[in-house]
Amino acid sequence: MNSLKATTFLIAAALAAPLAAQQAGGRLDIVVQPEPPGLMLGLVQNGPTQLVAGDIYEGLLRYDTDLNPMPGLAESWEVAEDGLTYTFKLHEGVTWHDGEPFTAEDVVFSAGTFLPETHARLRASLAYVDTITALDPLTVEFKLKEPFGPFISVFESGTMPMVPKHIYEGTDFAANEANNTPIGTGPFKFDEWVKGSYIHLVKNEDYYVDGLPYLDEVYYRVIPDAASRAVAFETGEVDVLPGGSVENWDVARLTEMENVCSTGKGWEFFAPHAWMWLNNREGPTSDVRFRQAIMYAMDREFMRDVVWNGLGKVPTGPVSSATNFYSDDVTIYDHDPDKAKALLEEMGYDGSTIRLLPLPYGETWQRWAEAVRQNLSEVGINVEIDSTDVAGWNEKTSQWDYDMAFTYLYQYGDPALGVSRNYTADRIEKGSPWNNVEGYDNPELDAKWFAAATMTSAEERQAAYDEIQKEIVDDVPVAWMLELEFPTLYRCNVHDLVTTGIGVNDGPRNAWIEE
Amino acid sequence: MSVFAIIAARLAKAALTLLCIAVLNFCLLHAAPGDPAVVLAGEAGAADEQMIEQLRERFGLDQPFGVQLWKYVSGVAQLDLGYSFRQGAPVIELIADRLPATLLLTGAAFVISLVCGIALGVAAAARVGKPQDSLLTTFALLFYATPLYWAALMAVLVFSVWLGWLPGFGYETVGAGYTGMARIIDIAQHLVLPALTLGLFFMAVYMRMTRASMLEVSTADFVKTARAKGLSDAVIRRRHILRNAILPVVTLAGLQAGQLIGGAVLTETVFAWPGIGRLMFESLAARDYNTILGVFLVSAAMVIAFNIVTDIVYRLVDPRIGARA
Repeated sequence: MNSLKATTFLIAAALAAPLAAQQAGGRLDIVVQPEPPGLMLGLVQNGPTQLVAGDIYEGLLRYDTDLNPMPGLAESWEVAEDGLTYTFKLHEGVTWHDGEPFTAEDVVFSAGTFLPETHARLRASLAYVDTITALDPLTVEFKLKEPFGPFISVFESGTMPMVPKHIYEGTDFAANEANNTPIGTGPFKFDEWVKGSYIHLVKNEDYYVDGLPYLDEVYYRVIPDAASRAVAFETGEVDVLPGGSVENWDVARLTEMENVCSTGKGWEFFAPHAWMWLNNREGPTSDVRFRQAIMYAMDREFMRDVVWNGLGKVPTGPVSSATNFYSDDVTIYDHDPDKAKALLEEMGYDGSTIRLLPLPYGETWQRWAEAVRQNLSEVGINVEIDSTDVAGWNEKTSQWDYDMAFTYLYQYGDPALGVSRNYTADRIEKGSPWNNVEGYDNPELDAKWFAAATMTSAEERQAAYDEIQKEIVDDVPVAWMLELEFPTLYRCNVHDLVTTGIGVNDGPRNAWIEE
Repeated sequence: MSVFAIIAARLAKAALTLLCIAVLNFCLLHAAPGDPAVVLAGEAGAADEQMIEQLRERFGLDQPFGVQLWKYVSGVAQLDLGYSFRQGAPVIELIADRLPATLLLTGAAFVISLVCGIALGVAAAARVGKPQDSLLTTFALLFYATPLYWAALMAVLVFSVWLGWLPGFGYETVGAGYTGMARIIDIAQHLVLPALTLGLFFMAVYMRMTRASMLEVSTADFVKTARAKGLSDAVIRRRHILRNAILPVVTLAGLQAGQLIGGAVLTETVFAWPGIGRLMFESLAARDYNTILGVFLVSAAMVIAFNIVTDIVYRLVDPRIGARA
């Protein structure tokens, strides 16, 4: 009798409860791959570090999946008409994980002292900054030397993480002992890192947003083999596979399992864009007709469908369709082997061998390179695939020792942040694989890229980028291959995991588990 | 020459060998393309000249090759394996952190393969030509020929995914907070699949070798003599045949023992076992020079140590070796 009553009561309770009532508690196991080299987000900004440390550190702003800014550590912000002054009002009552208060001084220290020294990507944006001032303990003002259109997009946690002044001021940042026990303001605190096994984060009970986070703890699990990661998800050992952590053919299989959900969202801020650098300096690839022939020779839709299991989108040019100021009013390169052959004949290609360097990131990329070789050989281009590991790839590309080389890059929401760096001549620098590696040199377009970056109105910028995209696509400085899609797989009873443009990186902040 | 004098001589040689290995490894590694600063910068998804220069300076890569080599080798001579800038910790600490897991795994595999291999080999030799013998040798051949990587994945698939009997990877249940006996049992459960997978290959080798060696020795004259004396089969097998047949197995076991540290890269990767093999592999990918060199050196020391141990074991098993030396 008693148990019957209890059951009735439970059913009634379940019916009465609102459908999306967040439940507090529980533990989330997320795969991290590879193991991050460190967790101090101000020092290391590679993918795995951003994934884990995105729960520990925070930026002033967060961005939704349409890349609109949302409150983060700053609860409100204002941009002056002239586009030169950005004022942030900080959240009240925020403390670091060690109990010290977070104030405007920390912002000034982070953006003015710490990050300019350690964060290469942000350094380029900070070059536009004239002064950073703490107007009062909760107000910060950034004054720019000249307007910089994408400036509102640089406040995300991986781009401008806030670091504690009281710990780092006056120390050797890279050698600070505290780097092993990161202190941030985020919803989760660092607890333990067992190298080779897992990283354990626990709920920040003093988090400044009421009720958040819901989860008690998060484990980031290090599982080095892709097939084992798939098995870990299959057996329920882990709850979340962030994008790219299993091979594509496993994605299809795992999504069919019961209680497994998948989303392609949460990558908008990064918009990973894959292409092949075509060496513009020497060999057949220095001829624009050859580069166009490559574009016509490839069946990029087919590669997407077969190599990437249908995930992603064939790009029209340098800007991803997820990034601001995208335009599709450009020459479209369809699969047209005859056109390719005609172009090759016109330029008098002598059949010399072209070296192709795949990205050594696993099976998918190897197969992709093979598909390219297949397509190109159909129009008479001889391709030889080089093989190397990640370090060797870095070396070869940054020393320009290749004919064609696969890569992909994040776009960070704005062409001036993540696109132009690969095409303007001032970014031709040996020694780094993250700039104008192909050696494309077009002074006229350079001027347009620079002008577009410093315009203040969005309409003006759109018009400028439309023009740039139209022109550059005809030059084919690189062969754009795919707007990559890295689906996140998770148990369907995990809710609100992916709500922002950086997805799982700050996902556990809002995530909750339905029991 | 007494055993102690031999050991002393061997140790002196070993020190020299290790020094040569350190120098050689250092040169080889620096000759490989790629550099840790570019890898680290590259992972950040953006890099400029300033960042790479900073990193190279911090790693000491801006100094001439000779200076780097001298610093490293003189450090090693003082038992200082250097600092891993990538992981922000002394190499010796990184290795010490990973060592217990690896030794547990390779040690378990070593014992399993040696004990089972010899036992099965003796059993097969005793029933030579019979169906049991064929069955055992067929299985041994199968294990011998199966790639470790594939066997590991299949073991996970069958025992972890399908049957759900054993955990498929990891060193222990993460976050369970077990202590004492419960923890030991938990780790043991996690150990079963990787240790068996790793042990199978060597088990097959030992078995085949024991069997062949037993059969060869069993035709020797002294065995006939023993039989003529009226000794029982069991005693002949144990005291006369096995003892003579075991020498090649000891040699091989010495080789396997030398690999206790570096020989489990694949197994550790598939089973997410937090050991040295993975540390080495990941450090290699990142060109974390000091860490790789450290692992190489420790592995080399292990090989040398076990060669010495093997030599001593020879003497114990077969006193004639000591007498002749």
